[in-house]
Amino acid sequence: MQVISKKKGRQSVVFTEPPMVFSSASIVGDVEAKGPLGSRFDLILDDDTWGEKSWEKAESKMFERSVRLAAEKSKIDLNEIDCLLGGDLLNQIISASYAARTLKIPYFGLYGACSTMTESLLISGMLIDGGFREMAACTASSHFSTAERQYRFPLELGNQIPPTSQRTVTGAGCVIIGNANKCKDGFLFKSIRITAGTIGRIVDLGITDASNMGAAMAPAAADTISAHLQDMNRTVDDYDLIVTGDLGKFGSEMLFDLCKEKNVDISGKHADCGCLIYTADQDVNCGGSGCGCSAVTLASYYLERIENANYDRILFLATGALMSPSSSLQGESIPGIAHAVVMERSCCI
Amino acid sequence: MEHQERKKKEYQDKVKKKMPKSNTFMECVRAFLVGGLICCFGHFISDLGRLWLRLDIEDSALFTSIVLVFLAALLTGIGVYDKIGKFAGAGSIVPITGFSNSIVSPAMEFKREGYVQGVGVKLFTIAGPVLVYGISTSIVVGIITFLFFR
Amino acid sequence: MSSITDYIWVFIIGGAICVVGQILISLTRMTTARILVLFVTAGVILTGLGLYEPLVKLAGAGATVPLTGFGFVLGKGAIEGALEDGLLGAFTGGIKAAAGGIAAAIFFGYLAAVIFTPKTKK
Repeated sequence: MQVISKKKGRQSVVFTEPPMVFSSASIVGDVEAKGPLGSRFDLILDDDTWGEKSWEKAESKMFERSVRLAAEKSKIDLNEIDCLLGGDLLNQIISASYAARTLKIPYFGLYGACSTMTESLLISGMLIDGGFREMAACTASSHFSTAERQYRFPLELGNQIPPTSQRTVTGAGCVIIGNANKCKDGFLFKSIRITAGTIGRIVDLGITDASNMGAAMAPAAADTISAHLQDMNRTVDDYDLIVTGDLGKFGSEMLFDLCKEKNVDISGKHADCGCLIYTADQDVNCGGSGCGCSAVTLASYYLERIENANYDRILFLATGALMSPSSSLQGESIPGIAHAVVMERSCCI
Repeated sequence: MEHQERKKKEYQDKVKKKMPKSNTFMECVRAFLVGGLICCFGHFISDLGRLWLRLDIEDSALFTSIVLVFLAALLTGIGVYDKIGKFAGAGSIVPITGFSNSIVSPAMEFKREGYVQGVGVKLFTIAGPVLVYGISTSIVVGIITFLFFR
Repeated sequence: MSSITDYIWVFIIGGAICVVGQILISLTRMTTARILVLFVTAGVILTGLGLYEPLVKLAGAGATVPLTGFGFVLGKGAIEGALEDGLLGAFTGGIKAAAGGIAAAIFFGYLAAVIFTPKTKK
């Protein structure tokens, strides 16, 4: 038996039967709703505890509801979803696991910090192309208040935040993807395929400042972009847009520099979800961050842009900073990672 | 390996050079104004203590601390102190009001984890180290005084 | 009642102590916990060296309200305890003198934490 290799180069994969994007949903908090993408989100929380007793419970509820909502929007029954892949920022990824408790979908919990969205898309893509699953829900969530109390300071502590910091997005985004033969008429999207992806490597250039995550993650993003182009034998011109997850303003600036050093010029072709989700006057310093940042931006904005033929092919890479409060206190530097997926417009059968 | 280390160093230097920075001078001005005002308010309270309650100097200082701690705990509770802190920085951290804020803010956030393991424990996340180092140093100073100056 | 000149000294010394803290925060990104620990310890040591008391005489609340003043109370109490009651006084003096402040902080801190609920920053 001849096996067709889907492996491409050191880090990349190319799908022989590219999975299709079927549906998506996004839920955000009220601060995100005041941003430029405000009107595109499916559900907005007026109160960020969402009627729950704790913020952790609210985040888990967002995670769960985003999956249900994505399924509902395309009239997909939850039983048709073969696998749920996702994660969040909290210890032991409790938001995801507690949501999976009620969803009853076979579940893989992932921790990739803010890179979780592309990590789940990439693994789901491989599961589907490999024929192991036919439809998968990829979800990621984050919540400003849960992240602050776990990683930073109490909300009411009167301290100042440095200008390099980013605000954790309160939001959950879900993207449902599946084998092309499962595509039906009522689905939200009918012409987006995930054609390839690149598995990120940990890159750590020794940044220790946990309030400067953009700079800590930018080297990983640059590494994945250049590995992807090399593996795929492509150039930046083969893409309409290269979207990073949450590098923020300063991280994006460092990404340009790092790419230039590798002789890759992405200026004019780059967008960052962290820069896109808030307006400049929202007092968020360098922009947004968190798993939810790239998840809700992809789910509410970029998928629609591809479906509507604004873009034909984008490289989407969410970036993660894989430190913990303990490692920060121990003076360890921040390991960064970025996983990439290629999303293309190509019509349903 | 050496190349890798050099690359890291170069990147860190570049980040340090290019990253957006806050205006230290203006931060100091704001810290000075707010810190000075809090102290003046404290002095006013101690004047009142001496005038109305006929307290001596040491008791009026204690009275001032108690009033300021109370007010800061209240302002933290109603969500005002973090806004003052954002403006004033050290101006509202260094005074005893900042100590009060650092006691209340973690404690109130961990109510959902229970009154003993949540509030009770978190009350001392910042106050704990302050008391440990303050009291220990005072004992060292006391012992030195006992040994050499008595 | 204190005079205007007294208040000017309170303002200047109190403000200046805070500026020292701000410089440390701005330049080294020191956290709140480290700043507070540093100031209390510095207050105790300066008192031990006899340098802080003149500042308290000059600036009143300008020197006692910053956390270095809390250190001053601890340090002064320990010194007086050691002089009056010997070795045991060295142990009890500081915390005895600071007892009122510590008790108030714990009591009001607990009350506020129980009564109020934190709000998300906008």
